[in-house]
Amino acid sequence: MPAVRPLARPASPSTRLAAALVPSLLLAFPLLLGGCGRHERDMQMTEAPGRTTVGAAPNAPLPPQGSQPRRGPTGAAAPADDGQWTMATKDYANTRYSTLAQIDTATVKNLQLKWTFETGVLRGHEEAPLVVGSTMYIVTPYPNILYALDLTKEGALRWKYEPKPMAAAQGVACCDVVNRGPAYADGKIFYNTLDAHTVAVDASTGRELWRTKVGDIQIGETVTMAPMVAKGKVFVGNSGGELGVRGWITALDASTGKIAWRAYNTGPDNDVLIGARFRPFYPSDSGVDLGVKTWPPDKWKIGGGNVWGFLAYDPELDLLYHGTGNPGSWNPELRPGDNKWSTGVFARDPDDGQAVWYYQSSPHDLFDHDGINESILVDLPWQGQPRKLMLRPERNGFFYVMDRTSGQVLSATAYGYVNSAKGVDLKTGRLIPNDAKQPQTGKVVREICPAAPGLKDWQPAAWSPKLRLVFLPHQNLCMDWEGVEASYIAGTPYVGVNTKFYAGPGGHRGELLAWDPLAAKPVWSVKERFPVWSGTVVTAGDVVFYGTMDGYFKAVNARTGAPLWQFKVGSGIISQPVTYRGPDGKQYVAVVSGVGGWSGAIVAAGLDPRDSTAGGGFVNAMRDLPQYTGKGGTVYVFALP
Amino acid sequence: MLAGLVVVMAAGVGGVALRQRLATGTPRQQPRLTAAATPHLAAGSATTVLAADSAPVVGYAPPTRLERPGGGRELRVCADPNNLPFSNARGEGFENRLAELVARELGATVRYTWWAQRRGFARNTLNARVCDLVMGVPSSYELAWPTRPYYRSTYVFVVRKDRGLRVRSFDDAVLRRPGLRIGVQVIGDDYANTPPAHALARRGLGDHVVGYTVYGDYAQPNPPARVVEAVARGEVDVAVVWGPLAGYFAPRQPVSLELTPVAPQIDPPFLPFVFDIAMATRRGDSTFRGQLERILVARRPAIDSILAEYGVPRVDVGAHATAPDPAPDPAFESALDTAPAPTHDLPPGTAVSLRP
Repeated sequence: MPAVRPLARPASPSTRLAAALVPSLLLAFPLLLGGCGRHERDMQMTEAPGRTTVGAAPNAPLPPQGSQPRRGPTGAAAPADDGQWTMATKDYANTRYSTLAQIDTATVKNLQLKWTFETGVLRGHEEAPLVVGSTMYIVTPYPNILYALDLTKEGALRWKYEPKPMAAAQGVACCDVVNRGPAYADGKIFYNTLDAHTVAVDASTGRELWRTKVGDIQIGETVTMAPMVAKGKVFVGNSGGELGVRGWITALDASTGKIAWRAYNTGPDNDVLIGARFRPFYPSDSGVDLGVKTWPPDKWKIGGGNVWGFLAYDPELDLLYHGTGNPGSWNPELRPGDNKWSTGVFARDPDDGQAVWYYQSSPHDLFDHDGINESILVDLPWQGQPRKLMLRPERNGFFYVMDRTSGQVLSATAYGYVNSAKGVDLKTGRLIPNDAKQPQTGKVVREICPAAPGLKDWQPAAWSPKLRLVFLPHQNLCMDWEGVEASYIAGTPYVGVNTKFYAGPGGHRGELLAWDPLAAKPVWSVKERFPVWSGTVVTAGDVVFYGTMDGYFKAVNARTGAPLWQFKVGSGIISQPVTYRGPDGKQYVAVVSGVGGWSGAIVAAGLDPRDSTAGGGFVNAMRDLPQYTGKGGTVYVFALP
Repeated sequence: MLAGLVVVMAAGVGGVALRQRLATGTPRQQPRLTAAATPHLAAGSATTVLAADSAPVVGYAPPTRLERPGGGRELRVCADPNNLPFSNARGEGFENRLAELVARELGATVRYTWWAQRRGFARNTLNARVCDLVMGVPSSYELAWPTRPYYRSTYVFVVRKDRGLRVRSFDDAVLRRPGLRIGVQVIGDDYANTPPAHALARRGLGDHVVGYTVYGDYAQPNPPARVVEAVARGEVDVAVVWGPLAGYFAPRQPVSLELTPVAPQIDPPFLPFVFDIAMATRRGDSTFRGQLERILVARRPAIDSILAEYGVPRVDVGAHATAPDPAPDPAFESALDTAPAPTHDLPPGTAVSLRP
C-alpha cells in the first residue's frame, strides 16, 4: 500500500477531513518502505543525499473552487465534454479531464464492477478504450485485434476486426508488442498495427475501409502509438530508434488512407519540412540543414528521432505538436553535436507538415531520454498575462512550461530526483549537463538519476482545469551503467552495455504526483511500490484514477491524494483509464489490465529475473513483480450501484 | 545435404508467408515460431506448434533430453533463417553444418526453430525452451551457458586489392587520409556498439565512419553482408568487419578483396577485437553441455574443416584447420581424455588462416 504525503494546505472542509487521515498513513510509510526495499540497493538509496524535491515545497496554494474557465482549459483543443471518449488523450489538448461528476470524492467508495471483457491477448496492454455513442472500442497488443463492445448489453461483442499483422513484427518491437489505442472520427476507427500499417475501420460494421503501409518492419520500423485525427487527416509516427530507424511523422487522408505528407526528424530541411515558416525560439535551433550539420557526415541517416508518443493539436493556432525520440544507432562519441531534430518537440502545420517551431529538451542525448512525452495544452495567466501554454513533463526529469505559440521555455523544474543534468538555462533553453554522470565507453558510472526510462516515460498525465493541477504517473529509478565485453547480434560480437535500474531516493519505484505547473511545485504525492506505468484520468468530481503494476485500480482525491477506493484486478495495469457517460446516463470508469511493456516485460515476456540487465536493465528493478501479478488482458468497467 | 532434417512447420500466417518466400528464393524474417526449413519438405510435414511465451525459468532448468515422446531423438536448435555464413533456412551456413555434425554424433536429427538473431534472441529461443542449443555465441555470453569455445576469430580490415591501401592497425595514418570512408557495422543501441565503431570514435575518426546497421533490411538475403559489398562497390574505402562475415562474403564479390586482421587485438584498456565463439546451452544444462564439449574435442578436425570451408579467419589454429573431415569415430568417448585442448593463448601477431 502506498503512503500519502500532503504537500499543500487543505483548501476545503472535505480536504481537511482527508488531511486528518494523513498522519496515520505517514506513520505507516517507513514500514512500507521496509517491505518493498528488499534490495540492498534500494536501502542504500534511501540514505542517499539529494533527495527528491517532493516535500521541499510545501504550502503550494490551491486555486479556489469553482475557478474553472467557462470554455474549458484550452478552448477548441478541449471542447465541451459530451461524455464520450473518442481519442486516447480525451481531447486534442491531452487533458484526460472529464466534466462528469456523478462519481466524486464522496461517492467513489461505492464503485462496483459492472462487467468485464477478456481480450484474449496476454501481452502488455497500454491502450485506452474508446467510447463512441453506445459502443466501446478496444485495440489489443499484437495481433492488434479491434473489438466493438455493446454498452447497452454489458459489453457484449458487437464485432471484431483482425488485421493480422505480420508475425515477424514481434521480433522487431523493442519494448513489448504494445498498442496505445485507436482514434475515432467521422464514423471511422483509425489505428496502427505493430507491423507499421495504419487501418481505417467502419465504426458501425467493423469493415476495413482502407489499410496503408506506413513503414517497413524489415528495416526495423514498427508503430505502437495512438494516431490523432484532425482536419481530415490521420497523424502517425514510427518506432524503432533502438534499431537505428530514422524517425518520421506522416499524415494520411482520413477518407482514403493516401499519404499526404511525411516529415523526417533527421536530415536536410527538405526532408524535415523546414521552410519559410520555421521560427524556432532559440538561436541554436536556427540554421540551414541542422538535421545534417549537427551530426557527423551521414550519421543522421540512421539517427532515430522517432515519434511514438501522444500528439496534440491546437485548432485556434492550427498547430500540431509532436515529440521526437532519442538519437539512435551510435555511441554518443560517434555522434558529437546536438543530433537534431531528436529528443525535442515540433510544432507543425497539420495541412502540409511544415515546421513552425522546435525545441530540444535533451541536445545530444546520452541517456535514452526521448522527448516523446505528451504536451498538455492549457490557457492560463502567466505572470499576470493570459498565455497559451504547453505543459511537458519530460523524460529527462524536468517539468517544462512553454509558450506553445513560440516554443519559449517559461520554466523547467525537476519534478523528482535528477542528477543527470543540473537544470535548464532559461536564457538559451539548453539543458545543463552534469559531467560527473556522463556515460563513456569503458567507464562505470553509478547512480545516474533518472534511469533510461526517465523520471516519466510514455504514461500520460492528466490535467484538471478546475484545480489547475497536473497528475503525473511516473517512476523513481536510477541506474548503474557499465560497458561489457561481449554481446552478440546477427552473428556479430559487439561491446555491450549493462544498465541496471533500481529504486531512486526514497526506495519507492513509482509515484503519482500532483504538480502545480504555475508555482512549479509539487502538491501531494502517492508513493507506489512499482513504477506507475498507467495513464491517469481526472474528473470534475475531483477524483484521479490510475492503475498500478501490482494490479490495483485506484481512485484518490485530486486535492489531497488521499486514497478513496481501490479494486484488485487480474493483472497489473499499464494502460490508460477512461471515464464516460453510458447509454443509461450513468458515469462509468473503464480500465484495461494486462501487465507488460518495457517495465513489465519480466512478466509479459518472461524475462529471466536472474539477469539484472535484461529488458535494457529494467528487470533488475522489477524482480519481485512476478510475485504480485501475472499476465492478463481484461477490460474492467465500473459504476455506482 | 539435409539428410536427417526434421521439419516443423509454423502455424499461422507467418509460417505460410515464409514458405512462400522461400519458394521464390528470398528467405525472410520469421522470428516467432518454428518454420519450415525447406520449401519442398515443408508442404507435407509435421505440425507441432511451440509456445514461445513460456513461463520464466526459475532456478535451473530441467536437463535437455533428446528422446522425443513419439520415439526417435531430436536435437532442437534455434538459428537465424537468413544470416549466412552462419545459418539460413536452407541449411547452407556453417552453423547448420555444425548442427548436423553434432546431431550425427548424438544419434539425433536436427529440428530448427527459426528466429532472427536480434535483441531478445536468447530469451525467446533457448531460455523459452523452444530449443536446447544455439550454435554460436561469444564464450563470455551471460544469457546462456556457453561450451568451451570452438573457434576464435577477429575483426578484419577489408579493402579492395586494386586500391593499394595497406591498413593493418587502427593507428595507421592511412585511416586519417582526408575523405577516406570507413565502413563499420552499428548496433543501434547507443553505447552498445561494435568494437571498430568504438575504436574509431576514440581516435577522433568519427567523421570518416560510414555506418551499416547490423540488422540491415531483412527482406534482403543475409543483411549483415552489406558492409562487405560496400567495399567492393567503392561506397567505402575500407570496412572493419567481423571475420566470419568477411571471410565468407569477400570471395563472393565481383572484385578481389583483401582481409587483414585488425591490430591491436585489444585496444587498451579493454576493447577486444578477437572473440572466442562457443555453442550455447541453457544455464544449468550441464549434462548436455558436457556431451557437446566431448563432441567439440573429439570432432575438432571436422569442425575446423567446416570453418575453413567457409573461410572463417582463425586466430586459434594453424595448419590442421584444413584437415579432411574424418569418419565419425565410434570410440570417440574414449579419445576424450587424450585430446588436446584448443589453444587460445597465441601471441599477438600470430599468423591467421584467411583462405578457405
